[in-house]
Amino acid sequence: MAQQLTAKEPTAEQIADQRIYTQFGVTDYEYELICGFLGRKPNYTEIGVFSVMWSEHCSYKNSKPILKKFPITGPRVLMGPGEGAGIVDIGDNQAVVFKIESHNHPSAVEPYQGAATGVGGIIRDIFSMGARPVALLNSLRFGRLENDRVKYLFENVVSGIAGYGNCIGIPTVAGEVMFDESYEGNPLVNAMCVGLIDHDKIQRGVAKGVGNPVFYVGPATGRDGIHGATFASVELSEESEEKRTAVQVGDPFMEKLVMEATLELIDSGIVLGIQDMGAAGLTCSSAEMASKAGNGLELYLDEVPQRETDMTPYEMMLSESQERMLFVVEPQHEAQAKEIFDRWGIICAKVGKVTDDGRLRLFHKGEEVADMPVKALVDECPVYEKPSQEPASFAASASIDTADFAEITDLTGALEKVLASPTVASKEWVYNQYDYMVRTSTAVQPGSDAAVVTIDGTRKGLAMTTDCNGRYVFLDPEVGGKIAVAEAARNIVCSGAEPLAITDNLNFGSPEKPEVFWQLEKSADGMSEACRVLDTPVIGGNVSLYNENTKGAIYPTPVIGMVGLVHDTDHITTQGFKQEGDVIILVGETKAEFGGSELQYVMTGEAKGRPPVIDLASEKTLLNTVLGAIQQGIVASAHDLSEGGLAVALAESCISGRIGAEVNVATELRADHALFSESQSRILLSAKPEQAAALQSLLSEQGLTNAAIGTVQGGSLTININGKSGVAAPVQQLEKVWKDAIPCLMK
Amino acid sequence: MKFAVLVFPGSNCDIDCFKAVEAIGEQVEYVWHTTTDLSGFDAILVPGGFSYGDYLRCGAISRFAPVMNEVKKAADEGKFVLGICNGFQILTEAGLLPGALIRNNGLKFRCHQTPLEVVNSATAFTNQYSQGEVISIPIAHGEGNYYCDDETLAKLQANNQIVFRYAGDTNPNGSVGNIAGVSNERGNVVGMMPHPERAMDQLFGSEDGKRMFTSILNAWREQHGAAVNG
Repeated sequence: MAQQLTAKEPTAEQIADQRIYTQFGVTDYEYELICGFLGRKPNYTEIGVFSVMWSEHCSYKNSKPILKKFPITGPRVLMGPGEGAGIVDIGDNQAVVFKIESHNHPSAVEPYQGAATGVGGIIRDIFSMGARPVALLNSLRFGRLENDRVKYLFENVVSGIAGYGNCIGIPTVAGEVMFDESYEGNPLVNAMCVGLIDHDKIQRGVAKGVGNPVFYVGPATGRDGIHGATFASVELSEESEEKRTAVQVGDPFMEKLVMEATLELIDSGIVLGIQDMGAAGLTCSSAEMASKAGNGLELYLDEVPQRETDMTPYEMMLSESQERMLFVVEPQHEAQAKEIFDRWGIICAKVGKVTDDGRLRLFHKGEEVADMPVKALVDECPVYEKPSQEPASFAASASIDTADFAEITDLTGALEKVLASPTVASKEWVYNQYDYMVRTSTAVQPGSDAAVVTIDGTRKGLAMTTDCNGRYVFLDPEVGGKIAVAEAARNIVCSGAEPLAITDNLNFGSPEKPEVFWQLEKSADGMSEACRVLDTPVIGGNVSLYNENTKGAIYPTPVIGMVGLVHDTDHITTQGFKQEGDVIILVGETKAEFGGSELQYVMTGEAKGRPPVIDLASEKTLLNTVLGAIQQGIVASAHDLSEGGLAVALAESCISGRIGAEVNVATELRADHALFSESQSRILLSAKPEQAAALQSLLSEQGLTNAAIGTVQGGSLTININGKSGVAAPVQQLEKVWKDAIPCLMK
Repeated sequence: MKFAVLVFPGSNCDIDCFKAVEAIGEQVEYVWHTTTDLSGFDAILVPGGFSYGDYLRCGAISRFAPVMNEVKKAADEGKFVLGICNGFQILTEAGLLPGALIRNNGLKFRCHQTPLEVVNSATAFTNQYSQGEVISIPIAHGEGNYYCDDETLAKLQANNQIVFRYAGDTNPNGSVGNIAGVSNERGNVVGMMPHPERAMDQLFGSEDGKRMFTSILNAWREQHGAAVNG
């Protein structure tokens, strides 16, 4: 075993004596385990490889017990968690592939490249399965938009997402952006990609067939992104700025070429196994591919294309240079594979060989520089059952009456304030920077409940959304977790689709804190139950822990990415009111619930009390019934009630439909309560006058509370409460408030 | 009639152009950037996207692609050449159209439907529109700010080479004279920043782009003595 290649690298003895491994996040206990697996002390390359494979980002060592809670199977699930992305059957030999992933820490220090490479990484996860990416989504969280640093992060994260997605030619069709102090200094940047695949084209990341060659494709490896996975698995600190080198640099043009060449290669039918080089680069892709096949792998590092001189094995193995893939074919197909990449102008280098010894062995300059058991790298990282503790404040907050605030009499003013809150305000400033139409399949564009992308050659479509209200989860993780899933499903149904499955991105604080781990456990319980009741299994996802700033952990934010199936494009429904005279129907029951609501935040600047309650069985009935009505063709518009409650939903349906509404709500609640409560399981529908009765009786038959509250008409939104004047404003005025809010703050 | 859709490394609206031609029921083929023969085609579509990543300058590398010599030849022969978005940028870089496209004045990429005024409905690309008609076609670009000097602008006006303008006060990018699309002097080469190929079906927001493709078909049939109404 060659110990030393460059004078700079410490020896195995020095690593042990000076506990250098702790700098890579390896504990004394883990170091002892590694020594045990090797039967000796690891050298610098080996400890580097182990440290990234055993980081939370790659091993899920802290979150595995949580992930076990999720339901991951279902009649339509073709592939659950474990591969690059999950796959769900949509009939006609087609399937949908999707996954969400975070790039929070890179985006905190280098927002443009952090966000851009987050998009690039998730796209690779999709096309490495053999799927054609058809849509991108994202879910973003920032601090208060009045803050200059937040503006800088927001501006550049959006630019980075746009820069990558627009160039590669995949439409960014939906997303969500929320602003709250909780995320100051630690923004959340979650990117999701959705792809389409024929069943017989599905690929796996396996290194099959002893003796087969292993190929590296994509741009040459540089020193960028070294230890990115480790960086993602610690808290951000003052020193994080110095870790800018751990942020990778993206090249969407290169990825476009790699994507086209890879899809062509897969189409040719010669690929045995393929995986993208994401977190932990060459290390993770090679170890995982060998592990899944039960094989070993030899890598000849001199053959790895390098764009810098004198790169060490350590640097090559840990680099997270972007847009690279690893694949295996049989030797007789080598020329055919190379021809494809040649035509696209992409480097394709033979860098290794599949072996039968179950070891990952690295060779450099004629010497063996590392020799590690694959199983130890991939499967033997210890799993920690972290202590969990309910925060002291939780029990106490149950008694807070969230509806106990001085009655708001200026209801139009209050509505305008909520509409101007950046979380609720129009995100046009954001999505107009994204090319959301390329591929000409985007039937429902950003700004509605869920986006819909049609499937060429069929009458079907895919509806997709990302959702999570972190305030609810903060106030009650279990209930908040349920609501996140339920709201996503409601958005999918409102667009006319049947919910299929979810991918989740668990963004939490440090799991070393028992209170944070408790949030993680409880929210996973809530999400799991909702997924079971609503028949939307978890087919994959990502965990991002250690999201902390100087004030502590961020709000627990388990973002749900959900995809639904539109059975016929005739079912596609949007939130905007359609026609003068249509009847407006509110479905669901309104209670005075303000914990974590937008109104509470706008008035007090904080989230307190308990979030709205949710009953999943009723939610399921609501979703089934409304979807049935949409499919029968008796619904003109549908809009989920969420942040800002009924008043905001009405305003948005008017603004989107460019038409007014005259509404009278009969209620026993206070007027402000009725208008701004965020009670769950509510949907705002409209229907043609001749179909309204049929729609209402359908809803009533299923025991759903519903009321015709007004008609679509004129150019103003007028809301009376029990006949008494409440809100009255021209739609154009509301639209201006709603649309100008973010551009004004960004000027 | 047979259309070619050029494919450069980084083209990404090639699929949309292909689908648009299919939608009007005509023949269409993808043509790789290294191709040196376009003789089998009646019209050439230079699609949008980010050819060569827009590195150096939009269209600046693509203009050196082998296929561009053939595009010039085809234009000289009077065949129809339509450059959309990045395709427009490539045609200006190649000298087939006057002017240049620079960064949007707002410095941001913009994607949305845009009202366009048909300034010249007497071209091979616009004969199915009426003069002065306002149509809805989406834009999606970061560098669509059309620039030319005063002399060129005067010439464009005098020769009726301005094909589309952004209607009213909707200029999204700072283009000189609200110009959204121009033709060459002969009128057989047109470049435009908005995407007619994305406006083929009301389901996706507009079908006003369809008549652009049927116009080309109509002009070709007229040339070949079989004029029809698209």
